Amino acid sequence: MPVDVQNMQKVFARPNSLTDAKSTYCPGCHHGILTRIIAQTIDELGIAERTVGIAPVGCAVFAYRWYRCDAIQAAHGRASAVATGVKRANPSLIVFSYQGDGDFASIGTAESIHAANRGENITVIFVNNQVYGMTGGEMAPTSLVGQKTTTTPQGRDPKLFGYPIRFSEMIAQLDAPVYVTRQALYDTKRIKEATKAIKKAFTNQVKEKGYSLVEVLATCPTNWRMKPIDANKHVANVVEKTYRLGDLVNRG
Amino acid sequence: MGKRLLLRGNEVIAEAAIRAGCQCYFAYPITPQAELLQHMAVNMPRLGRTFVQAESELAAINMVYGAASAGVRTMTSSSSPGISLKQEGISYLAGSNLPAVIVNIVRGGPGLGDIAPSQCDYFQATKGGGHGDYHMIVLGPSTVPEAGQLTMLAFELADQYRTPVMLLADGMLGQMMEPVELPEPIEISSLPQKEWATNGAKGRDPNIVLSFDLDPEVLKHMNLILQERYRQIEAREVRYEETATGDADIAIVAYGTVARIVKTVIKMARAEGIKLGLFRPITLWPFPGQALRKLSEKVATVLTVEMSAGQMWEDVRLAIAEQAETPFYGEMGGVIPTPQRILSEVKKHAS
Repeated sequence: MPVDVQNMQKVFARPNSLTDAKSTYCPGCHHGILTRIIAQTIDELGIAERTVGIAPVGCAVFAYRWYRCDAIQAAHGRASAVATGVKRANPSLIVFSYQGDGDFASIGTAESIHAANRGENITVIFVNNQVYGMTGGEMAPTSLVGQKTTTTPQGRDPKLFGYPIRFSEMIAQLDAPVYVTRQALYDTKRIKEATKAIKKAFTNQVKEKGYSLVEVLATCPTNWRMKPIDANKHVANVVEKTYRLGDLVNRG
Repeated sequence: MGKRLLLRGNEVIAEAAIRAGCQCYFAYPITPQAELLQHMAVNMPRLGRTFVQAESELAAINMVYGAASAGVRTMTSSSSPGISLKQEGISYLAGSNLPAVIVNIVRGGPGLGDIAPSQCDYFQATKGGGHGDYHMIVLGPSTVPEAGQLTMLAFELADQYRTPVMLLADGMLGQMMEPVELPEPIEISSLPQKEWATNGAKGRDPNIVLSFDLDPEVLKHMNLILQERYRQIEAREVRYEETATGDADIAIVAYGTVARIVKTVIKMARAEGIKLGLFRPITLWPFPGQALRKLSEKVATVLTVEMSAGQMWEDVRLAIAEQAETPFYGEMGGVIPTPQRILSEVKKHAS
């Protein structure tokens, strides 16, 4: 049957807030899905003209390229402090940081916890893929017990390297944060839930409710040495056992 | 004109920053600059401006990075060990072309050192203390009133050249009280718009603040822009003061607190018939090397006096080369040279 291009109905499109810059992420990595969800959220809330994104150091270092809004590239681990500076300077801006597990939960530990503890009215997207992706697959603070990485070739031994850090649970025991949740992206159901969570985290900020953190369990097929489909299964079957999905704080 | 007030150096710097339109101040407590932080804690919220006691120096300088990106005048202050922690952030500010003011009330080092006045952070301040090819403008006040004036100037230069500017004062200046006439406040609304700021992409393309590019040719270009700006600053912004150099046979080069002590030494020396003058750099970067070189053509000896092991001395020798004798006298660890001791050093070299 010939296709009538003129009269095709548009059912799916790139969000306006998502640029057409070429992605730097590996095939099968969840960063791309997450980036799209954030752009879509910015569109839905109509906040592109007052949003400032903070890019981390790590695989998401190019995050300033993906969104059609103002952006700042921050020093490794300091994105939450930079976000604090932007938001305090101009509270009418919507400020989000996008940080990996090394950035947010290792080198940026102090900045991450204290921004949350001050209840900064910002939105933090924390991508937990249990590995340092950009530098070559080293152990992350979130790496699982026994996980083989380039710096734990025998697997993460808790006696030597400690345990996977449940950073969102640490944030959740503070008084100030209004929303702390852990989400995943390995199937449609999880993507829909994560989308809702991210929208809530941005909406909280728009409504001036305070600090929101969305941790997202993501895959790293390249450094996990897995096919994308197996990486998805790994999150569902293995990673989730250490990092349980769901809301940890919801004072919204 | 404003009335004269008896104020501590740290308070004057804080008050001058407020009058210069500093809208966001972030810092972490450390001696001997605590009064600066405390003054800001009281007065910034009262004016509807931002004061945040940061969890660390790292956080403070990165909050400055954020506020500077958003286009407001912003400052942090600390003392030597804390300034070491800020170096990463200062490098990012320089690399990202962001204006900000950093105050260092220098204390004795290295390591934890002590809390007494020192000039041992000159290298760190003037040579680019963090990673990468960069400079800050570095201003070295010699008195409490000048600390206020140079704080105002620091904000102006930071905005004009989109660069971090450091006020390099020592613990003596921070702690000392002097009568001061505070500078007139500027009108924040009269400041030029910062078209590059990340303050919402409304009716324009998005602005990006970054110090990063993986393409070496692009990063080289970014570096060349910085270097061109540094050459402009060197051409336009050199500041120094000469005292009693007109007929001098011997000149001292000193900045900050030491320069002030040398003014007493000049009187003592001249009473004994020694024609001593003072060359006082006010901008430590850019260093007033050409003017110093000129002076060295008129005097036989240029004695550098510092509260360090001879950090500025390197710049002095670089400027003067073989044109004059260039001896050095320094104290370390927070010891302040007395006028008598400096005079005896002068006598060693006076013909």
